[in-house]
Amino acid sequence: MKGLKIAIVVLGFLFLGTNVLSGSAAGQKSVLKVGFITVGPVNDWGYNYAHEQGRKYLQSALPGQVETTIVEKIPESAEVERVMEKMIANGVRLIFPTSYGYFEPTLRVAHRHPNVVFECCGRVVPDNIKNIATYTPKIYEPMYVTGIVAGRMTKKNNIGFIIGHPVPLIIQDINAFTLGLRSVNPNAKVHVVCTNSWSDPPTEAEAAKGLIESGVDVLTMHLDSPITVVDTAEKYGVMTVGYHADLKQRAPKGWLTGEMWNWGPLYVAITKSVLKHTWKPGNYRYGMKDGYCKLSSFGSIVPAKVQLEALKAVSNLQDRSLVVFKGPLTDRDGKERIAKGKIADLQTLETMNWLVPGVEGVLDKH
Amino acid sequence: MNIELSEFLIAVAAGMVRSATPVLYATLGEIITERSGILNVGLEGIMLVGAFTGVAITYQTHSVGLGLVAAMIAGLLLGLFHALLAIYFQANQVGVGIAMTIFGTGLSAYLGMDYVGKQINTLGTFKLPLLSDIPVIGPIFFSHDILVYATFILVPLIAFIINRTRLGLTLRAVGEEPRSAAAAGINVELTRYIATACGAALAGLGGAYLSLAYAQGWSENITAGRGWIAVGLVLFASWNPFRALIGAYLFGGAISLQLRLQAAGLDVSPYLLGMLPYVLVILVLSISTARRKNAPSSVPTALGLPYIPQV
Repeated sequence: MKGLKIAIVVLGFLFLGTNVLSGSAAGQKSVLKVGFITVGPVNDWGYNYAHEQGRKYLQSALPGQVETTIVEKIPESAEVERVMEKMIANGVRLIFPTSYGYFEPTLRVAHRHPNVVFECCGRVVPDNIKNIATYTPKIYEPMYVTGIVAGRMTKKNNIGFIIGHPVPLIIQDINAFTLGLRSVNPNAKVHVVCTNSWSDPPTEAEAAKGLIESGVDVLTMHLDSPITVVDTAEKYGVMTVGYHADLKQRAPKGWLTGEMWNWGPLYVAITKSVLKHTWKPGNYRYGMKDGYCKLSSFGSIVPAKVQLEALKAVSNLQDRSLVVFKGPLTDRDGKERIAKGKIADLQTLETMNWLVPGVEGVLDKH
Repeated sequence: MNIELSEFLIAVAAGMVRSATPVLYATLGEIITERSGILNVGLEGIMLVGAFTGVAITYQTHSVGLGLVAAMIAGLLLGLFHALLAIYFQANQVGVGIAMTIFGTGLSAYLGMDYVGKQINTLGTFKLPLLSDIPVIGPIFFSHDILVYATFILVPLIAFIINRTRLGLTLRAVGEEPRSAAAAGINVELTRYIATACGAALAGLGGAYLSLAYAQGWSENITAGRGWIAVGLVLFASWNPFRALIGAYLFGGAISLQLRLQAAGLDVSPYLLGMLPYVLVILVLSISTARRKNAPSSVPTALGLPYIPQV
């Protein structure tokens, strides 16, 4: 009996640990219920925070037409299936599972509920599945631009790049950043350190310190939250390129620029298409011209000339006169990956497991 | 990036001392607790609450010192709560510890929501004069902050108290033979309350080290499993503070080494390197326990058992 009681207490705590934040209930019958699921806390000033901002934007942009819910801190496991089933039982008809590892559970849930629409952030959905679409802005486009800024600003020609896991999305970012960096500074190198976790601030701080000691003078990251790396860099007088959030105020001495998401307008567009019954499955990728990803503000140490150069690259990316992954591109071992004149297709981008020249450090050999 | 091997090794060793310190505090605390016969596997939750409390109080008062004290008090209160359940209610101590972990994780996450991203004063580096100028030793051990230096005193101090003082004898007696201790006039329950509270206070301080000295702010689940590592290190240390120091340094050293090997561009999978600290802990744990198969066990005899006074 005692064991049972403990189990009940433990389970009770488990449920308490998951916070459900609800949007305003509109109370109309024609209201579309939209559910969001995030892997981390929505107040992380990072990846999950950006999605929560998008949800709030959606809620206020379509009042009376949508009712939004967000469930945060759901691990990338069977747990997310349970959350999706619960949402569907509550009448949710459009679900945004926002984390990379939610894709496989989503495939299973989508199969059971053909009348529910799923919008996965990233990944590639096969053609025969009719109720899943994938979306993501090409965040590697602003990454390329921040690489240019870093290439102009670095004095030691060594940049540190701290990542969580080496998945294709991140490898795209590293490659795009390095291509931008070396387009203006062919001698610069990018040193990658992987913390094996999307969020582990003490390890991120130690990784940053290790990179600084080994001689980098610009740090950037692809983690759930940029805060620890930005703070550590500022503490030791090193420059940073941020991610997810504009932290210029936080790092007045070292802030260069960064990449930011702008999910709100995209979520409104997707939701409107569901409301109007014009929604179609598929894999949607949006460039800087669509405005769903952007550059954050420049730090005060970035000279006007460099800012102009970066903004020129932005407008070139917008009018497609500049394409980041365009051949000829070879990997760091000299093997040709994108042929001359070719533009990388979705499959090449989403399975990217090779690194461009100039990237130092380890990634799993495939 | 060409840096000298010696520089590299010194940087790894300095990182080792930093990475080991939070785990070491929790391990030392747990040694005190377990020596009294109480098993507290809820260190992870206590460290999280300590880390949060440290940030919250530092943010409100702008004083890191007060933040650290508050983190210890928060740990102490959780320790008392654990002791209450384990001693007064005689609950299963493993169950209570796991519940404490989940409770601490949820509580710190909930209360911490408003503190994510808040900028706070942090525990600054304080190079010890003269000592930090010693080549090799100076940059490794004496170029950190006061909480690192405190461990240099705390480890021998706790070992001395446990092994050489009347207080330590009382503690050990309670953990080994509570009934005999009671017969000798020792208040078993009071001793256990105090030991559990002190141990948890140290775990809270270890948590605050993570948020106030290391990551410089609160973020959810900042401990990332370090509390569990501390529980394991107590076994490795066979309840000996000096061996706890070695164990914590092994763990911290492996973290520091693997991150710097990556920065140096070593061509090994980051997942393999990331496993290094944990593999080391498991390896050393199995070796150290296997070797003592025929030797007398160092486990406190009454560890984890509820104390029922004879009537």
